[in-house]
Amino acid sequence: MKIRRSIKDPRGESMLFRRRALTGFALIVLILGLLLSRFVFLQVVHHDEFVTRSQANRVKPRAIPPARGLVYDRNGVLLADNVPAFRLEVVPEQVKDMDALLDSLGQVVPLGEDDLEAFRKQLRQSRRFENVPLKLRLTEDEIARFAVNRWRFPGVDVVPYLTRRYPLGEMFAHVVGYVGRIDADDQERLDPVRYKGTSHVGRTGIERSYENLLHGSPGYELLEVNADGRTQRVLETHAPTPGKNLYLSIDARLQKAAEDAFAGRPGAAVAIDPRNGQVLALVSVPTFNPNLFVNGISQTDYSALTGDPDKPLYNRALRGVYPPGSTVKPLIGLAGLESGMRKPTDTVLSTGVFHIPGQTRGYRDDQRGGVGTVNLVRAIEMSVNTYFYKLALDMGIDRLSSYMGEFGFGKPTGIDLIGESSGVLPSREWKAANYKEPWYPGETVIAGIGQGFWAVTPLQLAHAIATFAGHGVPYEPRLAMATQGGAGTMPEPLPHPPSGPTLIRDPVNWEVVNRGMEQVIYGPRGTGRKVGAGFPYLMAGKSGTAERFSRTTDAYETNRSAAYLATRHRAWFVAYAPADNPQIAVAVILESGSWGAEAAGPIARAILDAWLAGQGGSIEGSERLPEPAVVSGGRAAGGQAPAPVGATP
Amino acid sequence: MIEALYARVHRFVRRILTRPRIDLPLAFGLFLLGATGLVTLYSAGDADLSLVGGQAGRFMLGAALLLLVSRISPSVLRNWTPWLYAGSVALLVVVAILGEGRGSIRWLDLGFMRFQPSELLKLTTPMMVAWYLHPRQLPPGWKDIAMAGVLIAIPAGLIAEQPDLGTAVLVTAAGAFALFLSGMAWWRIGLLVGAVAGMIPVGWHFLHQYQRDRVLTLLNPESDPLGNGWHIIQSQIAVGSGGLFGKGWQHSTQSRLDFLPEHTTDFIFAVFSEEFGLVGVIALLVLYAFIIGRCLWIAMEARDTYSRLLAGAIGMSFFVYVFVNGGMVAGMLPVVGVPLPLISYGGTSAVSLLTGFGVLMSIHANRKMHI
Repeated sequence: MKIRRSIKDPRGESMLFRRRALTGFALIVLILGLLLSRFVFLQVVHHDEFVTRSQANRVKPRAIPPARGLVYDRNGVLLADNVPAFRLEVVPEQVKDMDALLDSLGQVVPLGEDDLEAFRKQLRQSRRFENVPLKLRLTEDEIARFAVNRWRFPGVDVVPYLTRRYPLGEMFAHVVGYVGRIDADDQERLDPVRYKGTSHVGRTGIERSYENLLHGSPGYELLEVNADGRTQRVLETHAPTPGKNLYLSIDARLQKAAEDAFAGRPGAAVAIDPRNGQVLALVSVPTFNPNLFVNGISQTDYSALTGDPDKPLYNRALRGVYPPGSTVKPLIGLAGLESGMRKPTDTVLSTGVFHIPGQTRGYRDDQRGGVGTVNLVRAIEMSVNTYFYKLALDMGIDRLSSYMGEFGFGKPTGIDLIGESSGVLPSREWKAANYKEPWYPGETVIAGIGQGFWAVTPLQLAHAIATFAGHGVPYEPRLAMATQGGAGTMPEPLPHPPSGPTLIRDPVNWEVVNRGMEQVIYGPRGTGRKVGAGFPYLMAGKSGTAERFSRTTDAYETNRSAAYLATRHRAWFVAYAPADNPQIAVAVILESGSWGAEAAGPIARAILDAWLAGQGGSIEGSERLPEPAVVSGGRAAGGQAPAPVGATP
Repeated sequence: MIEALYARVHRFVRRILTRPRIDLPLAFGLFLLGATGLVTLYSAGDADLSLVGGQAGRFMLGAALLLLVSRISPSVLRNWTPWLYAGSVALLVVVAILGEGRGSIRWLDLGFMRFQPSELLKLTTPMMVAWYLHPRQLPPGWKDIAMAGVLIAIPAGLIAEQPDLGTAVLVTAAGAFALFLSGMAWWRIGLLVGAVAGMIPVGWHFLHQYQRDRVLTLLNPESDPLGNGWHIIQSQIAVGSGGLFGKGWQHSTQSRLDFLPEHTTDFIFAVFSEEFGLVGVIALLVLYAFIIGRCLWIAMEARDTYSRLLAGAIGMSFFVYVFVNGGMVAGMLPVVGVPLPLISYGGTSAVSLLTGFGVLMSIHANRKMHI
């Protein structure tokens, strides 16, 4: 029988404690004695040896920072470079009166408020014998003027260094990003040994996401110093390992064509190779000059960028979310076929307005009075809302969002850039998490035409279209294509396998939807007929005109001027080519466009033209169309694109 | 209303000054230690008076907190303990959330100063363990040991995650000492220590790469000429060349010529050893042992279990600072950011240490009566 001791015994506890405290103290004294024995070992037993080493201690290591890896486009066009520059450095312990020095130095070399602020900040953080940079990127004039007055400023020196430069500047600001000076927060984060002597670290874009690869590792030199600690000579040099060079899959020519086509109008475009997920162009307009950030941006420049209503620092391709509108119709049509809810031959009567059975609220077609009976191919060609209203309602939101989720909507695409938005894939779960209301059938209906809760980034849409164009084989979008160990060595491709098996269960379904998207370009009532005119290879596409607000007045019906529409619409165009062997897929959004095909279509076409020119004007493994004049006439008349094998109209 | 409150505050402050509740031997030991610290700092910091002044300012703040805390009676402190513990753990969680995605942060920016919540846990963890064990039957059984273990593991885990291994070790040690002093059976201690030793290979797996490197560097300092290996070599040269009597105050060549890194903070003990030699080291260690012994004496005289365990744990964790820092400087232990108490420059450690001694003073003032 166990008797539980439930009464505390203060006297016993006190005695127990006394014993423990004494034991503890004895242990502590013992361990301190152990520590002391180590000091005896160092200070008595090996004293002579350490005295010798202390006297011979004339050798100090100094870190040599590695050169940062360069960044090229897929054809070797230089996007990020290291260029020699000069900066003023101050050794604080050699300066008696810092304020007086800065005053008189400022009369020789102009020192901005920003320079002084950064200098003072770093001065507080560094040790007195360490060089602190005062002004970066001196001009030749400043160097000359300082050289003449150098004797007046002991402890101040002009020091050469490598600085980052982005030769194409604004064009790649949203892709390559920029480096910035290491600040206090970075210092807590970065490995102090690896970053010894390094002044800059990747801040945004590729520079940030591939920081590890681009940075390299430092070397060191052993310096002999005299009794004052001044350097006498260099004894040994262990060279740093420079960072690896990086080849991006971007083609600078496509990038330029896209940027030019926007002509400064806010928007974004992304082009992806469906065969491997390589990003060929990624443009966000307007943009900014990344070179401004490298050596600390001035307050004026920074306020100009942040105060701009068009937000040039905002990466629209990656973070901008917009309703996708009709551009998702082909994918929704595909979901209908794949789920077995529709056969390609099934038709729907478009009367201009659609009603959920038993409800009075109408959902409109864009064509007043409707377009009559259409199958899926015709519905995509003419962008017939009714077909997709009904399809979405028949499928139900759960099935719809599960199919669309497979194409990457509602989650980050996994591109090798930091900070992409997830967008919104309409679903019961999403609504439950964000609203206190149940899901309504009307929301399913408008989800069928890419409106309602839908929100996608241009990158997501390009990724989805590329995945479709690649016959459903999903690849995460990738910018980095290959690395290079050193100048002159062969670039090593970075492996990038598909992220899963094809998403399309029946290849026939692909052919049908592809046919619909070809008809957008070539069909008699295709919404994107102008976009394809004159392009020598078979193109497929889809326009989208997303409404920014719901229609509350009749002004929409009466006022159809482009300027008015541009304030309400976002214009999308997605396309891929060649349709018989897709090698490039693009998604373009113009934030204020009147209609998708008219406003965004030409930009998509400009990218495709630049791509074709880059291929030397001809594409292997793809059938060249007859002469342009014949194409537009013949096709429009016949209304018949060459049916790919296996297509069932 | 306000006047009444003002009068109360005024009386409280006046009592702190007119009737301080301090233990003179302990106060004397701390004073001597602080003075040694300032003298060493003057030399290690290249005779920079602003450095010494800043440190003296911290000592003043710490002393003020010591006097303030010494007026709070242990029973009041005991009632507050769960709230203080919960509050400080909550602050750790806040720091962990703020640090999300930014690598690591340890401090909260209060605007006028940066404040590390982990410093608070050095005090509130042993308080909580003592609070938990206070009403229970001692020596503790497995259930109580396990509960105390959880109370220690929560803050220690959060701090190690920051990652701040040095502080995590100190917090764990402070809590563990309270358990040890509660009379936990030797065979249980043996079992636990054995289990922890068995977990070392697993723990190794959870360390950050740089933390592993620090341990490996200890075995082969030459492998890392730019980082900790260099620190270890130079620190040993400084200590060893000091010899029996040292090179004399302000004659540390290792520190002067900047061979010794961090010579005002983590490696100040090396400067001290170089300048004052083995004799100085013995004197300093004796001073530390005296302070620790006095703390344990105060603990033995304390009135209740809570006070005993808390006072003893604070005193014994003071020893951990000395051992970890001394071991690092002498090349016995890996480089971990633990300061030499009241000698190393900066940090909030001086302030938090003195606050802890304030608790001891209060426990001393409320000791048991010998009839």
